Amino acid sequence: MSWIDIGALDDIPLRGARVLKTQLGCLALFRTHGDKVFAVDDRCPHKGGPLSEGIVHGASVTCPLHNWVFSLETGTAQGADEGQIDTYEVRVENRRILVDGTRLALGMAV
Amino acid sequence: MAERLVVIGAGMASGRALEHLFEADPGAYDVTLFGTEPRGNYNRIMLSPVLSGEKTYEEIVTHDADWYAENGVTCRFGETITEIDRARKLVISEAGETPYDKLMIATGSAPFIIPVPGKELRGVMAYRDLDDVNAMLLVSSNPNAKAVVIGGGLLGLEAAAGLQARGMDVTVVHLMSHLMERQLDPAAGYLLQRELEGRGIKVMCNASTKAILGTENVDAVLLEDETVIEADIVIMAAGIRPETRLAVDAGLHVERGIVVDDQMRTDDPDIVSIGECVEHNSVIYGLVAPLYEMAKVVAKTLLGEAAAYQGSTTSTKLKVTGVDLFSAGDFAEGEDREEIVLRDAASGVYKRLVLQDNRIIGTVMYGDTADGNWFFGQLKDGSDISEMRDTLIFGPAFAGGSPLDPMAAVAALPDEAEICGCNGVCKGQIVGAIQGGATDLAAVRATTKASNSCGTCTGLVEQVLAATLGDDFVMPTAQPVCGCTDFTHEDVRRLIKSQELKSMPAVWQACEWKTSCGCHICRPALNYYLLSDWPDAYKDDPQSRFVNERKHANIQKDGTFSVVPRMWGGITTPDELRAIADAADKYDVPTVKVTGGQRIDLLGVKGQDLPHIWADLNKAGMVSGHAYAKGLRTVKTCVGTDHCRFGTQDSTGFGIKIEKRLWGSWTPHKVKLAVSGCPRNCAEATCKDIGVICVDSGFEVSVGGAAGMDVKETEALGKATTQEDAMDMIVAFVQLYREHAKYLDRAYKWVAKVGLDWVKEQIVEDLENRALLVARFDHSQTIYQTDPWEERTHGRTARSFAPLADLSLEAAE
Ligand code: SRM
Ligand SMILES: Cc1cc2nc3c(=O)[nH]c(=O)nc-3n(C[C@H](O)[C@H](O)[C@H](O)COP(=O)(O)OP(=O)(O)OC[C@H]3O[C@@H](n4cnc5c(N)ncnc54)[C@H](O)[C@@H]3O)c2cc1C
Ligand code: SF4
Ligand code: FES
Repeated sequence: MSWIDIGALDDIPLRGARVLKTQLGCLALFRTHGDKVFAVDDRCPHKGGPLSEGIVHGASVTCPLHNWVFSLETGTAQGADEGQIDTYEVRVENRRILVDGTRLALGMAV
Repeated sequence: MAERLVVIGAGMASGRALEHLFEADPGAYDVTLFGTEPRGNYNRIMLSPVLSGEKTYEEIVTHDADWYAENGVTCRFGETITEIDRARKLVISEAGETPYDKLMIATGSAPFIIPVPGKELRGVMAYRDLDDVNAMLLVSSNPNAKAVVIGGGLLGLEAAAGLQARGMDVTVVHLMSHLMERQLDPAAGYLLQRELEGRGIKVMCNASTKAILGTENVDAVLLEDETVIEADIVIMAAGIRPETRLAVDAGLHVERGIVVDDQMRTDDPDIVSIGECVEHNSVIYGLVAPLYEMAKVVAKTLLGEAAAYQGSTTSTKLKVTGVDLFSAGDFAEGEDREEIVLRDAASGVYKRLVLQDNRIIGTVMYGDTADGNWFFGQLKDGSDISEMRDTLIFGPAFAGGSPLDPMAAVAALPDEAEICGCNGVCKGQIVGAIQGGATDLAAVRATTKASNSCGTCTGLVEQVLAATLGDDFVMPTAQPVCGCTDFTHEDVRRLIKSQELKSMPAVWQACEWKTSCGCHICRPALNYYLLSDWPDAYKDDPQSRFVNERKHANIQKDGTFSVVPRMWGGITTPDELRAIADAADKYDVPTVKVTGGQRIDLLGVKGQDLPHIWADLNKAGMVSGHAYAKGLRTVKTCVGTDHCRFGTQDSTGFGIKIEKRLWGSWTPHKVKLAVSGCPRNCAEATCKDIGVICVDSGFEVSVGGAAGMDVKETEALGKATTQEDAMDMIVAFVQLYREHAKYLDRAYKWVAKVGLDWVKEQIVEDLENRALLVARFDHSQTIYQTDPWEERTHGRTARSFAPLADLSLEAAE
């Protein structure tokens, strides 16, 4: 794994999100109420809604287009809806956000 | 002859280690104890009661001169070790060299002094030892002395409470958004803040210190936002760092702390280390419980016996008299985790358990911590709690018993149990009233006054009704806001006003929210209620807004946005049109459309272009049209007396005036208006939330229309002879709607609920009330009537429209 520093924790608002552009496409980085950071694909499997624009609650996000709710930990749609988003490893150290560069580059090779 | 053991640091860890050592084998070592402080060991954690005056220093001494003498310890207090010479096996102090066979490093931690200008001024101090306490007490004896505590963690708050108890004026400046963020979740942090503020301590969260001001002595603390807080002393309580300097210089393995193995040995076999200065399994500790474990192990290691330290799970309590707070473990949320939350608004209790795989992994408690240690025990043991899950949160008194159904719990309450705290009504009185014929909530309220004030006991009263009447009572099914609470929108709004709840955590506590931070349904509603009721005290939370309002643009099906500038009353100019056309060209806008609201929509703008296109439109004098907002949308007008042969009044001019007065205001749902110049009604005023029809004698104002999912004709509110009178009526109506309606009820739905007659009473008949409504609206506008586009194109918030980082350009090897 190679950890890449992509910014400060405080660059993401509490219970908010920012987008990270990668060669795999856009990832959504979420910061929860408890200051955990999660990275998932920024595309809702329903109709492509930008999840980074959704409302964050607990460790979940609600898609802004039609309110599907996804677990940020597992990427699985909650409740009656069925769908899955990819999740990526993120670490927070000294209030800096690190993502795993290997994974993102590997995806590129596919 | 006994071996020589030299100990550096006469603190809590080494004190305990020596006790174990002497108990097991008093003659094993000849001990020399060095300490920087000019005194022996005392119970450092009791410094706070000494500061507050609840204890004296003498009462917290743990090892006195007699103890050291009895155990043959050579005390070298007031002497700091400056170097360890491992090759020659000796330590060096100012007084000279002292040889050792075994060395114990127990140097504790050093306070972290944040590197701001002015940190070296006289009056800036840490909170670590008795000298610090004495220095604080010296200043606190001056009348009107002021203290600023930097850091709202455990130490900072104990210092603040102690100084406040000594009569000082205390302000706590905390960088994070809630107090003790490492030990508490925001809900408990809020309760703690409320308690401290209630005692007169000022608490400023999200506050970053820029500098400490003064020439020789401190005068004040300057924050990043330029706030200046006067101070005679500044307590730095921004964290601690393991005191490792000696070990580093001696070439021992040091990471964040001095690295030790399970036997507390450093990488030099003759040197052991314990206490806050060590790092074990990548963990450093800042509490005494782990140090006591380490002390046991190190004594055995020094005696050549087998023992292993396995790391500790810690829990926190705050030692401020009257504050009950407990936290332990990991209480971040997570999808593989479940939480059980219990809030009791009446008694200010908050308890939260975080479970994973049927085990407790974290707990936060506030207000009632009696069960804290029991939960902590379950946590440390990793006990499977699935059997007692349903009653777990009620603690050991219930746990293990048969799952408790809330009805049974109410049925089991004794007659003297208080149900309604506000009016002091106990269960027996309610049962008596029910047996006397009060068979529904309203009747119980009327006869006993129970649930008649704050209403938080309504659920309990209903349960008493159900328990007493059995099947004859049907529990009402008022729709709660969402799954996070049992309270209805109306209840929540009422409590926000009556109990002056001014923040989300305040509402969560008072309305017994069952989740830690709400959900996408309740948060936007609460955000609206709070900002509309407390425009000054509450700060709008963008993260609790639906994307359109957070981004000030309507999101489209493909994730792009639409941009609609305001076109006051539907009037535009060639210059504005040119600017719109230029913007459309510059940002490749695929669709330009005339909307149903008399203005122009630029559809398909990319998210990251928003601040730029807004800046361009701003430059041409245009502001956001709020086409995305639960707020004022458009005021549609017709051409009126300016051009039309039938026009009776200046409908265009009046429409523009209304739009200029109302724009920027947030409302429960969107608000649309129209002004038609005569009863022919070309502006379609009779299907708007508020419509004005101009007639020769003045203005007919009507309300509660719509033409969306339901088509509704407006109903007459009143008639005004002057524009000013009509305007007041309109503004007062909007404010009444803002203050009372349920979030996402359009005006017509709300009017249907409260009745048009009531609305007329408030606005048309009671002119004094009308004036107050207008004043409250205007006051709110002083805060909220700002162009969000202008705000978002500058400063920090502008950045949130751009990606956090772009890794797509990095070479992919
Ligand atoms: C742009 C516009 C259509 C147009 O091209 O003309 C429009 C577009 C939308 N309308 Fe509308 N409405 C527009 C005029 C209307 C009108 C006509 C009017 O205002 O004269 C109505 C009926 C009148 C009324 O409101 O009673 C109207 C009734 C609705 C409703 C139903 C509201 C209701 O209470 O029944 C919704 C749904 C909602 O708000 O929950 C809605 C919601 C929407 C949303 C915001 C849907 C959404 O949430 O994404 C549409 C955004 C499209 C987009 O991607 O930008 N729109 N919408 C009009 C913008 C007017 C403006 O300048 O601000
Ligand atoms: C105000 C306050 C309240 C606290 N409240 C709690 C609480 O409620 N619960 C809890 O669990 N913990 C609490 N703590 C933390 C607790 O006191 C520490 O965890 C504990 O004292 C650490 O023990 P130690 O022996 O490692 O370090 P210390 O007790 O700090 O002892 C280290 C000693 O080494 C000396 N020293 C350092 N370098 C040298 C040198 N080169 N030469 C000679 N001597 C040296 C220092 O002067 C110091 O006296 C509190 C701490 C403070 C300051
Ligand atoms: S009528 Fe429906 S499709 Fe058309 S703009 Fe309004 S909401 Fe969208
Ligand atoms: S696109 Fe996400 S819910 Fe429809």
